[in-house]
Amino acid sequence: MTLASDPPKEGFRLSMLIYDTRFRSITIQVVVLLLFLAGLFWLLNNAYVNLEAKGKDFNFSFLWSRAGYDIAQTLIPYTNDDTHMRALVVGLLNTLLVSVLGCVLATLVGTVVGVLRLSHNWLVARLMTVYVETFRNIPLLLWILLMGTILAETRPSPRDFRFTDAMREAGQTPEASMWFFDTIAVTNRGTSVAAPVFSNSLGTVVLPGNIPLSLNALVLMVVLAASFFGWRLLMRRAKALQEATGVRPTTWWQTPLVLFGPAAVVSVLLGLHLDYPTITRFDFEGGFQMLHSFTALLIALTVYTSAFIAEIVRAGIMAISKGQTEAAYALGLRPSRTMNLVILPQALRVIVPPLISQFLNLTKNSSLAIAVSYMDLRGTLGGITLNQTGRELECMLLMMLIYLTISLVISSVMNIYNKSIKLKER
Amino acid sequence: MKKSVFFGSLVLAGLAAGVAGASTLDDVKARGELICGVNPGLTGFAAPDANGNYQGFDVAVCKAVAAAVLGDPMKVKYVPLTGETRFTALASGEVDMLSRNSTWTFSRDTELALDFVAVNYYDGQGFMVNKNLGVSSAKELDGATICIQTGTTTELNLADYFKANNMSYTPVNIADDAEGQQKFLAGACDSYTTDASGLAASRATMPNADEIVILPEIISKEPLGPAVRHGDNNWGDVVRWSFYALVAAEEYGVTKANLEEVAATTMNPEIKRLLGLEGDMGAKIGLDNDFAKRAILAVGNYGEVFEANIGASTSIGLARGLNAQWTQGGLMYAPPFR
Repeated sequence: MTLASDPPKEGFRLSMLIYDTRFRSITIQVVVLLLFLAGLFWLLNNAYVNLEAKGKDFNFSFLWSRAGYDIAQTLIPYTNDDTHMRALVVGLLNTLLVSVLGCVLATLVGTVVGVLRLSHNWLVARLMTVYVETFRNIPLLLWILLMGTILAETRPSPRDFRFTDAMREAGQTPEASMWFFDTIAVTNRGTSVAAPVFSNSLGTVVLPGNIPLSLNALVLMVVLAASFFGWRLLMRRAKALQEATGVRPTTWWQTPLVLFGPAAVVSVLLGLHLDYPTITRFDFEGGFQMLHSFTALLIALTVYTSAFIAEIVRAGIMAISKGQTEAAYALGLRPSRTMNLVILPQALRVIVPPLISQFLNLTKNSSLAIAVSYMDLRGTLGGITLNQTGRELECMLLMMLIYLTISLVISSVMNIYNKSIKLKER
Repeated sequence: MKKSVFFGSLVLAGLAAGVAGASTLDDVKARGELICGVNPGLTGFAAPDANGNYQGFDVAVCKAVAAAVLGDPMKVKYVPLTGETRFTALASGEVDMLSRNSTWTFSRDTELALDFVAVNYYDGQGFMVNKNLGVSSAKELDGATICIQTGTTTELNLADYFKANNMSYTPVNIADDAEGQQKFLAGACDSYTTDASGLAASRATMPNADEIVILPEIISKEPLGPAVRHGDNNWGDVVRWSFYALVAAEEYGVTKANLEEVAATTMNPEIKRLLGLEGDMGAKIGLDNDFAKRAILAVGNYGEVFEANIGASTSIGLARGLNAQWTQGGLMYAPPFR
């Protein structure tokens, strides 16, 4: 006879799935999974049945048919004979253009405003508070519409710029004039800026996808890149010399020479000159044209997002202990150098993660472009293409997929940057 | 006693998708209200009046259908739709019918799965410019900035026209007529293009109407008409014949004012069938015999609707032109009520 009896043989009962902690978590997970799958099935089935009921199929072949409509501003060549796919790409590039420029400008403006809001100058600090509170507390759509209206209503129409011989003889002057030695004209439709052009062309290569690339521009970019590396080399040599001998060689005149000298020589050889915008029958032609739909959207996105970024920057700076500033002052650093060399680099660690979501917001907010008829992805794929082909489901899914991809790319790039500035612990 | 817990099986019930099973006619009757998609604001065709009630040439079609089906032209809920949202709204069942100066085209009839039941206005696309631009023909618009309603046939016609004439232009895409007028008046575009009737309607409301000209070129065919979802043929018949009742009434000289008198005295069997005094026309489309009579009483005949909303006596001042009765050299031709 044994003293200790065998542990009771465990029989599995159904109730154990609920009451036994070993099984309960699995039970809950299985139930949730089943509910999720059922929900997914219902959504897909709903879409399928309703498409069937309307006699519509689900395919993306419409992307390869002729688009038939025109787009005002395109980064790559586009005519109405191109496909809906190309119109999609045109819209996507327009979205990316306004998003990238918007992110850069919003960060610059936001950083300045955020830093100034902490200024000891009472007036400056209060003004920046007003800036932040005004711009972030009014809906973005209203800012976009307001900017569009201001640009369209306050500027003269292109024909007011016209200066005919008859007017010259009569001693009249045109109602409106261009700025900065006739290089910039801002009408109620857009901005025309004198553009650099070359009189001697090296030719143009056509990249796959019918995207022309001027060899002149390519050569200039290669020269500038080479100059940059040359300058880096120069700086490294100077630093090595300084560390070895304690005397820093004179580089102030070498820097601009190395950076811009070769590019200037190449430009002169290629015959660089400015192409001035001139008024024609209806509008300005020549130079670089930028419609107000783009400008209004960019300004609105910038000021709106910069207000949020300013607060993030302020929070980041205030998160750095006051002792850091005092220590820097004790070492004799001036306030501006303290900010640039001591505070901001540390503050970045706090700033970057919330900054990512502001970049994502800005990119997604750019889909409000339709308010000022800027043809972004929402305007081409989600607007005209959707409407002319009647492929609501396909267009919407595709658009969601593209925005999702853009957002994921932005956040992974920013996460890599965040990792690089993280406190290195060894 | 140990309480045992029994597992119920997961019931995946109610997964059948909510497809609108009943016919639109039954839905409308059960609801007691017709939901009609209209233009958000195009004077003469569909625009709210001073009291906020929608009035106009396209709205009259909604009223006629409501009178025919529900017996009351006021039992209509108007849903303002832009050029971009209109077909999606109809396809998704948000509206029962669309009476929103929409062009009947092959791809809309097939790909978009719509049925245009009739043409209530034969139109064509034109251009509007300010006189001081010094343009007298659309062929002189090379390089111009042009306001264009997005999601419309006019958008494609414009592209085709400029291509065919080897000209270039800058499109400014706008959502609806109100935005188009505002942009045009602000000078954001040199020219505004849409259906000629729409241009006339817009011009009528502009403060400087006499400085605005509509260019002579008509660059497309735009047969505008009410549309319903493809597949519900009975509902299509109801809308079609409610509209044709108005056209036939004009042809036979039946007006809102003399309808009762004509009904009492007429010997013409065609008029008798139209007014439901003979035969059982109404029953064949799921209505009663008086449906056409009610429609005519509600809005008047086609000619009356035209004159009251967009005709020569209104500020829009459109001539009948193609929209005259076939007996007057126009294209308005109701199939026989037989």
